[in-house]
Amino acid sequence: MSTESSPWEDHFSGPENQSHAAQLGMWIFLGSEVLLFTNLFVGYAVYRYYYPDVFAEASKHLKTDQAMVQTLLLVTSSLFVALAVHFIRRGRQFLTAAVLGAAIVLGVAFLAIKGWEYYEHYKEGLLPGEFFHNEELTKQGANLFFTLYFLLTGLHAIHMMVALGLLTWLVWGAMAGTYTAEYHIPVEVGGLYWHLVDVFWLFIFPLLYLVE
Amino acid sequence: MNPSAESSQPAITYLNHETTVKSWLLTHDHKRIGVMFLVGVILSLLLGGVFAMALRLELLTPGPTIMSPLTYNRMFTLHGVTMVWLFMIPAIPSAFGNFVVPIMLGAKDVAFPRLNLASFYIYLTGSLLTVSGMLWSGADTGWTFYTPYSTVSPTALTPVLLGVFIIGFSTIITGVNFITTTHTLRAPGMHWTRIPLFVWTIYGTSVIQVVATPVLGMVLLLVFIERVVGAGIFDPSRGGDPVLFQHMFWFYSHPAVYIMVLPAMGVISEVVCAFSRKNIFGYKMIAASTFGIAFVGFFSWGHHMFVSGQSTFTSGIFGVLSMLVAIFTAIKIFNWVATLYGGSIDLRVPLLYVLGFIFLLMFGGMTGVAVATTSLDVHWHDTYFVVAHFHYIMVGAVLMAFLAALHYWWPKMSGRLYPERWSFLAAVTIIFGFIVTFLPQFLLGNMGMPRRYYEYPQEMQWLHVASTAGASLLAFGFVLIAIYLLWSLRYGPVSPPNPWGSRGYEWFSGSPPAPHNFTQAPRFEREVHDYTVPEAPRVY
Amino acid sequence: MTPGGQALAGTTQTEPGAVNEFFRKILFLPEQASTIAKDVDHLHYVIISTAMVAATLIFAIAAYFLIRYRRRSETDVTPKVQTTLGWEVLFVGLPLTVFLVWFFIGYHDFIRMQTPPPEAMDVYVVGKQWMWKFTYPEGPNSIGVLRVPVGRPVRLLLTSRDVIHSFYVPSFRIKQDAIPGAYTQTWFQVVKPGTYRVMCAEYCGLKHSEMWAEVVALSEPDYEAWMREQRQGLVTRRDATPSAAEREEPHTPARQAARYDAQRPHGELMYAERGTLAERGQRVAAEKGCFKCHTVDGTAHIGPTWVDLYMRHERLTNGQTVVADEAYLTESMMKPLVKVVAGFEPVMPSFQGQLEAAEVAALLEYIKTLRSTRLPNVESKGPVYEPVGGK
Repeated sequence: MSTESSPWEDHFSGPENQSHAAQLGMWIFLGSEVLLFTNLFVGYAVYRYYYPDVFAEASKHLKTDQAMVQTLLLVTSSLFVALAVHFIRRGRQFLTAAVLGAAIVLGVAFLAIKGWEYYEHYKEGLLPGEFFHNEELTKQGANLFFTLYFLLTGLHAIHMMVALGLLTWLVWGAMAGTYTAEYHIPVEVGGLYWHLVDVFWLFIFPLLYLVE
Repeated sequence: MNPSAESSQPAITYLNHETTVKSWLLTHDHKRIGVMFLVGVILSLLLGGVFAMALRLELLTPGPTIMSPLTYNRMFTLHGVTMVWLFMIPAIPSAFGNFVVPIMLGAKDVAFPRLNLASFYIYLTGSLLTVSGMLWSGADTGWTFYTPYSTVSPTALTPVLLGVFIIGFSTIITGVNFITTTHTLRAPGMHWTRIPLFVWTIYGTSVIQVVATPVLGMVLLLVFIERVVGAGIFDPSRGGDPVLFQHMFWFYSHPAVYIMVLPAMGVISEVVCAFSRKNIFGYKMIAASTFGIAFVGFFSWGHHMFVSGQSTFTSGIFGVLSMLVAIFTAIKIFNWVATLYGGSIDLRVPLLYVLGFIFLLMFGGMTGVAVATTSLDVHWHDTYFVVAHFHYIMVGAVLMAFLAALHYWWPKMSGRLYPERWSFLAAVTIIFGFIVTFLPQFLLGNMGMPRRYYEYPQEMQWLHVASTAGASLLAFGFVLIAIYLLWSLRYGPVSPPNPWGSRGYEWFSGSPPAPHNFTQAPRFEREVHDYTVPEAPRVY
Repeated sequence: MTPGGQALAGTTQTEPGAVNEFFRKILFLPEQASTIAKDVDHLHYVIISTAMVAATLIFAIAAYFLIRYRRRSETDVTPKVQTTLGWEVLFVGLPLTVFLVWFFIGYHDFIRMQTPPPEAMDVYVVGKQWMWKFTYPEGPNSIGVLRVPVGRPVRLLLTSRDVIHSFYVPSFRIKQDAIPGAYTQTWFQVVKPGTYRVMCAEYCGLKHSEMWAEVVALSEPDYEAWMREQRQGLVTRRDATPSAAEREEPHTPARQAARYDAQRPHGELMYAERGTLAERGQRVAAEKGCFKCHTVDGTAHIGPTWVDLYMRHERLTNGQTVVADEAYLTESMMKPLVKVVAGFEPVMPSFQGQLEAAEVAALLEYIKTLRSTRLPNVESKGPVYEPVGGK
């Protein structure tokens, strides 16, 4: 079929229409994603209200410095992704692939730090639910903090992995020359998704690490 | 415009241009995906119906009748899960919405055809997982999965939770698709004020799906995690709060009622116009009330929790907001009835279902107002009164609309007519059977029969027997429908492109439609359901 | 309200007896055995009658249209009729007014149902799979049968030991969820002696439908006599294990208790406790180490004193004020750090899972007995006087 070779689909009235649809669809999906996290944020708010001091104390067992580095990595990667969109609009395929590659490296570094932090928690027994056993934090509520911590950061990490897969696919597409100055819808919507994952972290970070 | 409209019925249709199995399973055509969804939801309806009949048979006597208490508990859980997530939520939006919405907008397809197909397979995977959980050892928590019971239940709840979680993704994708389609793929001349009301309701439904479903997904995931690692979020012995689950669950599940009911209301708005040959009485009122319901629906979840220990003030707020939903529903009912005024009414089967719908919705709605009146709800909460109330809304209304849509769009989808007399008989049987089934349940609720009871006091028996008798009538009606529709697929008379003389935009395409809906660009020069001129619309 | 509804409302007010019975019978409602049942039912009658009248009206209109505007020819043309502002206002305004009136009447009753009178006697109710247990402050406790005096308001303080249950007495028109880890309350006042069925209304597992009990309403003298007998019985069985009732879990289904027969009281289990519930609370407090931080002589120690604690207005660390009622005291045992009284360190450990429901009840009763002879102290209330224009 002819539609296989051309990226333009004939049920749209034109490229602009298709691009509009793709972006709108992505925005709606992002809205849906926000609500996925909302549940956990609500759970966090409720239990923080129940156990304010325990939560503040449990938060001190997290590695705030590393999280700061993670935040920087993510913000920088978002910058690279924004650059990728900028480059592909001008048809610079190699540059696009290069900055996307840089974003991927930063994203992987983020996950590596996260994994190391999880390992540290494992050593200290700061695990969710019934696996929680820490000598310093014995009060009711500390286990809930770590349950929510693992749920929030875990869900975020899963989103990171999906987004990294998406970026890899975009690099491959940019190298293969699929995206041009005219057709770059996947780069735009893929970029949107990356930014959203970034924004989630910007909410998770202060809530979990910087509570007083 | 075109007197020989019937001759322009396309020779190549979406049904006959490709006929291999692969061409169906890998299709991107919204019509074929709609048909596949239709098959899926009808099978689910059958499954849920079998569970329902088993429940009714068990309740024939106050003690054990045909099954053990554990089997009974599984049966009502699976009845609820199947009917809510496998049948009712996808029934009208995913099946009929997929088929009709793009045609109504004059589009060739939905915005994201591949996602649309993915949505179907995600639905299939989730359904199979849910059904496998049933075969495993069933789930016995009720479809509401209330914690802490759901975290300790010994049954195979896990696959059911995962299955419903996966189906959620299908719902979200379909929602995203419809919203985008409505925004970007309207034919030239299709202003926002001209969009058919069915599309408006599907749009409203999609918004609810996109906003509410992730919340459900997350809360089911939390129960899942609770069962696997004992997370403690809903477990009081670990410092959690079991009532938090109810808040999160009803934040989705109350709007979910409107995911089911809004598209049904859309169908009614179309069918009323087509068979009374009239424009809708208050187009803007109905469209606006759709969004009113969608919006207020998000702020009334607490009326499921009047006796859960939430504060009196909170209950009051939720009670008032719940009343508003009833107002928006009342607006629609008044407008539908007013549409009949001055029309040219042909009482065919779809219109008969519409009358059934209005009647059942009146009762369901008024009893809804009664249960939103906080003091009365204390007696009725978790009794058969509530069961009867939501069956009037969800089964009565949604099923009536589903059947109305099935009959109204049957020629459009299959290109065949169904036998008029048999369908009339089936419709009367179903409406009558429905009333006989659920009217006694209101009275049972008044007597104080709690829901999910395996055994019950002796004096309630005759009402249960009446209810079971009604259910048998219902089942008989469904068997009748299944027989004549299957018959019609093969032997039914070939339908003209517009057998009802309807001026709905979906009838601007052939019956069945061409592979890309229209053979030439359609022009929507008149408002939808404009019957001021004698000619039927031409077929593009 | 539609004319029909108003007329019916009027009649229910003018001759309540006969009309009330008529409606109650055709709606299959159980007898009205509590003080609120009649009020609840009257609103019920009005709403259902109005629904009937409105449905009939709308259907009559639809039927008239169906006949009057039936299709006469296949090429019928219809005029375009559109709504006017007047119709829209009517369509919104009419139901809105009616519904809001109902709501406010209903909510008025609801507030009454949610607010126990201060003079109400207390009974602690514990739900567990699949039975109800009742404990009286005076000491006796029972499984499956709740004895109450007629004409005296009774407040139930409910909790659950496992999953959520719901205490439902159809004849009283009351229902309240019993939630593990928290206390909820409801109340009723029985109007005539008799036996009333209690059911669990929140699905709680395999034998949910067997989780029955009964309320036996006795006349005031009968109730007093029964209570005396129980107290004497306690003396005779004084050596029974203290909390036998909690530890021994008879597998007699509550359904049997519901079939309770006055001549052969099977299924009902009365366990002896040493002394009253309050005395037991004192023992529990000593065993669990409460006195390490809380005093009963009025002096502040690590934690606030228990003397006059019950119903005291306490100022919290976050600036808010709470009344130390049963709910707050229970919460303080289970989640001590949520609401800490100002001036004290958040050091109390949680007793979640360490105190049995009946022990919590015993502690509460004990705290209630600790009253000083002084007037209620006002120190912990904070300043009553606020300077004019202070902010």
